[in-house]
Amino acid sequence: MRLTDDEKRLLDGEGGPARRAAMQLLVCYGNVLGAERLVDTNNVAGGGVASLPNRRDVVANPMDMDATFSLLSLDSDEAFEIPPVKANTYKLIEGMDARHWQLQGVSERTRAIVEQSQSFCGKLGISKCNTCTPYQVGNVPMFGEHCAWMESSAVIFINSVLGARSNCEGAQSTGAASLVGKIPYWRLHTTEGRRATHHVRVEYRVDDMMDWGLLGYWLGETLDDAIPVLTGELGPGELRKLKHFGAAAATSGGIEMYHLVGRTPEAPSLDAALGSRPAREELVFTDAHRREAYANLNSATDPNVDFIMLGCPHNSLEQIRLIVRLLEGRKVHSDTALWIFTPNALRDVADRQGYTEILQKAGAVLMSDTCPALGRVKPEGARVVATDSCKQAHYLPATLGLPTYFGTVEDCVHSAVAGRWVGGLR
Amino acid sequence: MTGDIIMRGRGVYPGRAEGLALVSSMPISGFGGINPLTGTITERRHELVGQSFKGRILVFPGAKGSSGWASNFQATRLAGAAPGAMIFCKMSTKIALGVVVMRVPAVTELDGDPLVLIQSGDHVCVDGDQGMVVIRRPS
Repeated sequence: MRLTDDEKRLLDGEGGPARRAAMQLLVCYGNVLGAERLVDTNNVAGGGVASLPNRRDVVANPMDMDATFSLLSLDSDEAFEIPPVKANTYKLIEGMDARHWQLQGVSERTRAIVEQSQSFCGKLGISKCNTCTPYQVGNVPMFGEHCAWMESSAVIFINSVLGARSNCEGAQSTGAASLVGKIPYWRLHTTEGRRATHHVRVEYRVDDMMDWGLLGYWLGETLDDAIPVLTGELGPGELRKLKHFGAAAATSGGIEMYHLVGRTPEAPSLDAALGSRPAREELVFTDAHRREAYANLNSATDPNVDFIMLGCPHNSLEQIRLIVRLLEGRKVHSDTALWIFTPNALRDVADRQGYTEILQKAGAVLMSDTCPALGRVKPEGARVVATDSCKQAHYLPATLGLPTYFGTVEDCVHSAVAGRWVGGLR
Repeated sequence: MTGDIIMRGRGVYPGRAEGLALVSSMPISGFGGINPLTGTITERRHELVGQSFKGRILVFPGAKGSSGWASNFQATRLAGAAPGAMIFCKMSTKIALGVVVMRVPAVTELDGDPLVLIQSGDHVCVDGDQGMVVIRRPS
């Protein structure tokens, strides 16, 4: 890989041992990719440290933040004192909600690790957004901005909808990028690497959130990591729908970017999205595909749903308002828990709107900072889950071992009140 | 005289390893797709669900799903449940970073299709230095 003088100086240790380790990791990673060089970035979204399951379980002392960051975020066996981040860096999902950790079944030990991790982020200058959707709470990357983001649902959103440039990074590459402000210049950082490869004609009208999700889930499973350009029967696709659509496509497959002709910034026309090349393949999305995706997502059969989860990716204010309206004058069933997830900054607004209190009176809980799939938080004794998120419906059977229903937000709220699953594909 | 099959490609992580192949025709998800403490595939509709790649030569198309791929495969190394080596087809940032942090011999861009030529249970040697794969087929 071709390195600039400042990059060579960092490798020589000019920025100290932690930044040298960060450069070594990036060079090694860039060489595996076959990248020619690195690119400067001042926008990093990363996982950080040891607060999630499978991370806190594999380090000797997860309370030792310097050693933990060195190992889990720089892949270094040697522990360094970690200096403040160089690039603007935003913390993604955490292991618990500080307001509801007991209800979430979080152990005292995990709580201590999360608090330590949060205080460490503060010391390093990492913004504690604690959400999978930094673009909803103050980090909206500019068109063309080179970013180093983790969180597949966020990466696909900023690439496709905002025209920012990021590959789907991981804990170690974002850890390194935060310290040196560099990331391999590869694939989605290049104009050529962002062109559509496959053309998908949508023949079944996709308008509501559920159908956007099912389209995404089918696309990911069908196309793996291709870059589709979509035309045809697509409704307006507001933020909440595209957030949901991208999350699904990045879950069943590895899609990191898509184009919607006339809608997303790099697709003024079909020809522009394809970069004037023919599509490698033409596909059609029909009602049969939608039904197939729905059947694939639903793993539950017991009608007695005892845990309803809304807000993956984290809910926007309009989504919380919709749930508040659906719950108005009603009560969540006594055998069922309804948990709604949003970024902490938006919960603050929800508090001020009175939403949090209305939800609480109805028996629901508004939570932030974590989610069931990543934090493995759930109500005690939960056996059957329902969610409006394709992503959670896909992951929960594997991460929590719970059979899961997928449906609309209305299906989920009605089921929470009824205490049994009343959803279905219409 | 044996019927060994030799494939050449690009070594992306150095070292040599040999063992029994575990072949997946489907891509693998790191987060939510494996239990990193045991190396077991946990994705509900995956063809290898319930099987472990610990110590095996893992042959698969590539990575999919969450950006936690490298973290989960790094955890397999730390838990002693990593594959012995990896052979894969499609380069991505997830798998590239995974290769770096898993620290096992890895080869890609082979001149034959490993998903067709290698069967689960085959004895396979992976040479990450030379970018070479040998499938032992005693005749």
